[in-house]
Amino acid sequence: MTVSSPPPTLRAWLLDEAPASRRQAWCGRAFRGWLHFRRNPLAVTGLAIIVTLLLVALIGPWLAPHSPYAQDLSMRLVPPGTEGYLLGTDELGRDILSRLLYGARITLTIVILVAIIVAPVGLVVGTVSGYFGGWVDTVLMRITDVFLAFPRLILALALVAALGPGIENAVIAIAITTWPPYARMARAETLTIRRSDFIAAARLQGASSLRIIVRQVAPLCTSSVIVRVTLDMAGIILTAAGLGFLGLGAQPPSPEWGAMVASGRKFMLDQWWVATVPGVAIFVVSLGFNLLGDGLRDVLDPKSGN
Amino acid sequence: MTPDSKPEAQIPAPQIPGTGGRRRGALTATPQWAASGLRLLISVAVTFLGLLAVTFFIGRVVPIDPVLAAVGDRASADTYERMREELGLNLPLWQQFGHYVWNAVRGDFGTSVLTSNPVLTDVRRVFPATLELATVATIIGIIVGIPAGVIAAVRRGTWIDHVIRVIGLMGYSVPVFWLGLMGLLILYAKLDLVAGPGRIDLYYEGLVPTYTGVILLDSAIAGEWDVFRNAVSHIVLPASILGYFSLAYISRMTRSFMLEQLRQEYITTARVKGLPERTVIWRHALGNAWVPLVTVIALSYGTLLEGSVLTEIVFSWPGLGFYITNSLLNADMNAVLGGTVVVGCVFIGLNLLSDLLYRKLDPRAR
Repeated sequence: MTVSSPPPTLRAWLLDEAPASRRQAWCGRAFRGWLHFRRNPLAVTGLAIIVTLLLVALIGPWLAPHSPYAQDLSMRLVPPGTEGYLLGTDELGRDILSRLLYGARITLTIVILVAIIVAPVGLVVGTVSGYFGGWVDTVLMRITDVFLAFPRLILALALVAALGPGIENAVIAIAITTWPPYARMARAETLTIRRSDFIAAARLQGASSLRIIVRQVAPLCTSSVIVRVTLDMAGIILTAAGLGFLGLGAQPPSPEWGAMVASGRKFMLDQWWVATVPGVAIFVVSLGFNLLGDGLRDVLDPKSGN
Repeated sequence: MTPDSKPEAQIPAPQIPGTGGRRRGALTATPQWAASGLRLLISVAVTFLGLLAVTFFIGRVVPIDPVLAAVGDRASADTYERMREELGLNLPLWQQFGHYVWNAVRGDFGTSVLTSNPVLTDVRRVFPATLELATVATIIGIIVGIPAGVIAAVRRGTWIDHVIRVIGLMGYSVPVFWLGLMGLLILYAKLDLVAGPGRIDLYYEGLVPTYTGVILLDSAIAGEWDVFRNAVSHIVLPASILGYFSLAYISRMTRSFMLEQLRQEYITTARVKGLPERTVIWRHALGNAWVPLVTVIALSYGTLLEGSVLTEIVFSWPGLGFYITNSLLNADMNAVLGGTVVVGCVFIGLNLLSDLLYRKLDPRAR
């Protein structure tokens, strides 16, 4: 039996059982994850939806046939399929398709802003709480519990009422209501690893607590945080849209999807498309995030089975 | 009942009454029980204080001047100052907070500017409507969600599992206010299968005396079946839409709990003994999966109580969410914050309840 040397393809390099470098090992693991992920058609659908959203947010303004703010009262409430107005127009004669395309940016902005506030805050609170334990843990977890005790939408409502309506305040309100589960999760993960030998080794080498938390503990918590962020995206979008629907999120004439549903509510019976179309957009995008998050969880979290 | 596969089998002996062992056990157990009870009580109290601190803080941040709201903008500086003192706003912050907590404990959240009733009276009036909606929705969620979760777990990896999974994910993804509007458009306006917004038709209003505030119960007690039927046709759509969300959550959790149970050895034992598969799944496995499920159901019930805000708006359902939002749009902060605290308390209460139920049902958690 002769040992044939592996063909020098990228695939073989990635799937090498004995990686020669740390980089190769890392790439190989990511590639295996991707192969696993690719087998799940639902997750791939989710990924496709999210990629489409990203593209639309990026190049939407060039795709849009009209300005999202351009009013044309002679063309108001035109049904979908009318020449030049693929998805019809709203009560001010604005093209719904164009508003939808511009609205993708708003949705994406909200989601990204909330994620980059919430994930680090939750990670810091959770790892610090879990690593130090004792009274630090007690105090931080009590605070977390207080925010968990608040119903999310109602706290967001009260906060927006205090801060005033608008996208920035909606983002702050949603972030304040979203971080506690991240802290809980990061703490739980930290508790399972803080007694490990490699942490003790780092400590014996004289690493400071800050260094251990940042370099050793936090990286191990990130994969569950990423899954959680993806799964939470849908909730964030729905909360933002809900605030918009109530008139407390993005303010008119901004083409935010929730606010568009609200403005279409008045014409529901005769001009169904004004409220239906943006609602479908919210639904599809949050479904995309849910499908993607579900697939990512299977790949990144071996504990969940499959 | 097969003792070898039931959780009762895991309970250590002390069930025989009158034996010395039990009494000694009870005596040594008491301080521990009291300690954990005390710890629970303290944690609830701290959470409640935190809740009040947050609403107090929000109340301070609000750009609405409560004095101005009370006296009007044409009042003299003198009147303004007197009102300020009367409202206690001249005191240091920590004293104001002390007053706030003291009042909240006594159930005094101030007066709603909009209805000029005490906030608690208003909340008491609107709460049964929310309770009714959330309860019916949770019942729908349980009746559909648990069997769906069990079937998904048993038929894991087949197309049924995938279909249930996708339906569940859709329940998480759909904007509830939009689904409500679509439901109204199709089922009410176009097909006329259900009644429209509101709890009951106008001409049925006030026909039944209020016992509980829950129309379904009140009309049943009064024997007014016409009213009952009308109320049912009003609640079906909003409750189904809310129930869809709860169904998605419950079926997902049921699936994962069932998968965990089906891996256990006692399931194999039961099968080897020749018990019918139906008994194994629905009696033995589900019987044990119930314990964590109770917690899940309690939590989803709490979420529905608050998640109904948007549903209530769409269906003009005169409940707590409708009340809070309406007050908010009219800058009535007392009502908003009072309502928020009440919902928060219900939330804490449900969490506590699910915790206690879990301890009661799962002998290992004692």
